[in-house]
Amino acid sequence: MTLDKILACLFPNGHDVQNSGGVLLGSGSLKDGRPVDVIGVADRTPIGVDEAIVVARRVRDAVRRGGDGPILVLVDSDSQRMSKRDELLGLSEFLAHLAKNLILADLQGRHTVGLLYGHSAAGAFIATALSTRTLVALPGADPAVMDLPSMSRVTKLSLDVLQEKAKSTPVFAPGAENIGRVGAILAVWDENASLADQLQALVVGSGDNGDRRDRLGKARKGRPKAADIAERVRGLALHRQ
Amino acid sequence: METLSYRHRAEHRAGGTKPMALVGVVASGNLEVLVERVLPGTECQVDISTAAEGFGAVWEAVVADFVERRSPGGLKLSINDGGARPDTVALRLAQAVRSIEENDR
Amino acid sequence: MSAVQIASVNTPSSEPDRASWYEASARQRIRSLLDAGSFEEFIGPEQRELSPHLGIFNLPAQFDDGMIVGRGRLRGEPVFIAAQEGRFMGGAFGEVHGAKLTGLVRAARDATSIPLLILFDTGGVRLQEANAGEVAIAEIMRAIIEARLAGVKVVGLIGGRAGCYGGGSLIAGCCSALAISEHGRLSVSGPEVIETNRGVEEFDSKDRALVWRTMGGKHRRLIGAVDAFVDDTMSAFRDAAVRLIESGPRFGADVLDAEQARLEDRLARFGTCADALDVWTSAGVDAAAAVPALPSEEFIALADKVRSIRHDAR
Repeated sequence: MTLDKILACLFPNGHDVQNSGGVLLGSGSLKDGRPVDVIGVADRTPIGVDEAIVVARRVRDAVRRGGDGPILVLVDSDSQRMSKRDELLGLSEFLAHLAKNLILADLQGRHTVGLLYGHSAAGAFIATALSTRTLVALPGADPAVMDLPSMSRVTKLSLDVLQEKAKSTPVFAPGAENIGRVGAILAVWDENASLADQLQALVVGSGDNGDRRDRLGKARKGRPKAADIAERVRGLALHRQ
Repeated sequence: METLSYRHRAEHRAGGTKPMALVGVVASGNLEVLVERVLPGTECQVDISTAAEGFGAVWEAVVADFVERRSPGGLKLSINDGGARPDTVALRLAQAVRSIEENDR
Repeated sequence: MSAVQIASVNTPSSEPDRASWYEASARQRIRSLLDAGSFEEFIGPEQRELSPHLGIFNLPAQFDDGMIVGRGRLRGEPVFIAAQEGRFMGGAFGEVHGAKLTGLVRAARDATSIPLLILFDTGGVRLQEANAGEVAIAEIMRAIIEARLAGVKVVGLIGGRAGCYGGGSLIAGCCSALAISEHGRLSVSGPEVIETNRGVEEFDSKDRALVWRTMGGKHRRLIGAVDAFVDDTMSAFRDAAVRLIESGPRFGADVLDAEQARLEDRLARFGTCADALDVWTSAGVDAAAAVPALPSEEFIALADKVRSIRHDAR
């Protein structure tokens, strides 16, 4: 689905989302009439300091405008921008700043929903899609921590070997299926059904903003140990007061 | 990965009272040794997990020599090996025993 | 279950306070930082909670999966502490490694009154467990913000061999305060990754001076990316940790607004600089070229003159 089609399906009553150089901004409304603030990154744009600071400001502005509607984060990005300039200027702070804005917005009552419709990778993926409370994907979305050829170079394992190992575990290779298995993506939407309905269903009665991704990863057998380890540490730490 | 296990009877029990100690790091050419005071009498055991397969005879010799020299009675030593040379293994095993025999700080 | 002491070999010199942070293991750093005998580990190596994934790649696991978590006392006050072992798999985040920190941060959130120290030493996500590591980083970031909203101070210390790269740098950006030494590096993409993707003209990863100018502790101090620059010693990191635990307001929208202004101002002032030397000159440093060679004490004095640190905008 093209971005235009996605937006039209999400907001059959209209929207005003604009794309300025790969940064998305605008709004629409849910079927129940509540407004939806929309931000995002499009066209597989890498997220550098210049993009992150703008998107972060948009999130903050949306929160400042008030209301209790969700904030929808549309994602089709590259990885973070890999350049001397971006690291020189402190890219880690800019990406963390964007993530913090999304996380705070959600914790203060604006349900953040990530919709991954294209690519995303590494630091950009963390700062956008993975910083929402609820992350869903459209068929064809292809997130990655790192592409396999690069992984092959770094690990010094051949591409063939990596592809073979990827058949027996979802824990390292790219793809929405694998990343869903470890609990990071709640669901893949049906692109032939109403996106507006699917969005509405997500935000209905969504008062619980606890992070359940590790439990989901355990249930889906993608992360067999994480949830239990985290809970054991938490219990031990609180018990010995 | 290969796992090996050697059980011995030492000459006497290792000294000290600490229940466990840990030495080393799993990195290239290095290894970690977790030593626990959990066996009865003068029994000792060395368990090894290593990615370098086929060196059983070398491990056996290093362990036997270590037991003879250091008398680690009562101790179970568990190794995660990052491809260390025999002399590094011997060093870490000795450090592990020294560590568990030390007084609590 | 009783508390156990894990002794480590290579005990520091007779002057443990002056021992190098950079050279030390994660366990040595914890022992040197905290009050003697106060450290109590959660899910220690004897629990043998190994990575369930490294075996697929025929890689050896480590009993603590390179992440040590626990609690202790810092100058008499309780703290939670997490330390990464940078020599195991580059200190990278795998499933168990990440989950141990996630659990500790959630405990800090729930306890509300005990600060958290994170001793970073990481190349980022462990590629062999990439998806698990990546989502763990996101979980840790969210938990840190929850903890900070509850009033918990989360102080990051950076000065190890692996630096603080990738997802680790994003977690660092969520901390309430950071201290870094000259050896420390803080960056999203590493030098080799930038060079591989953009070519050696963009970034020569073998040019150590360039790496440190761009990502190293002194530059991060001068640009305001950290709250303290410290000497590479245990006592310097300890003093900074004690100080930074007390610094800064409670996290909230005001802090993010201040950070937005801080970062926009940085782009306005330095956004067209070609190199760190230009940034430092713009920032008011007279002899920028001399900065890398300055000893810690002189550098700290210079940095304090050039840029006072705000603790309310992180």
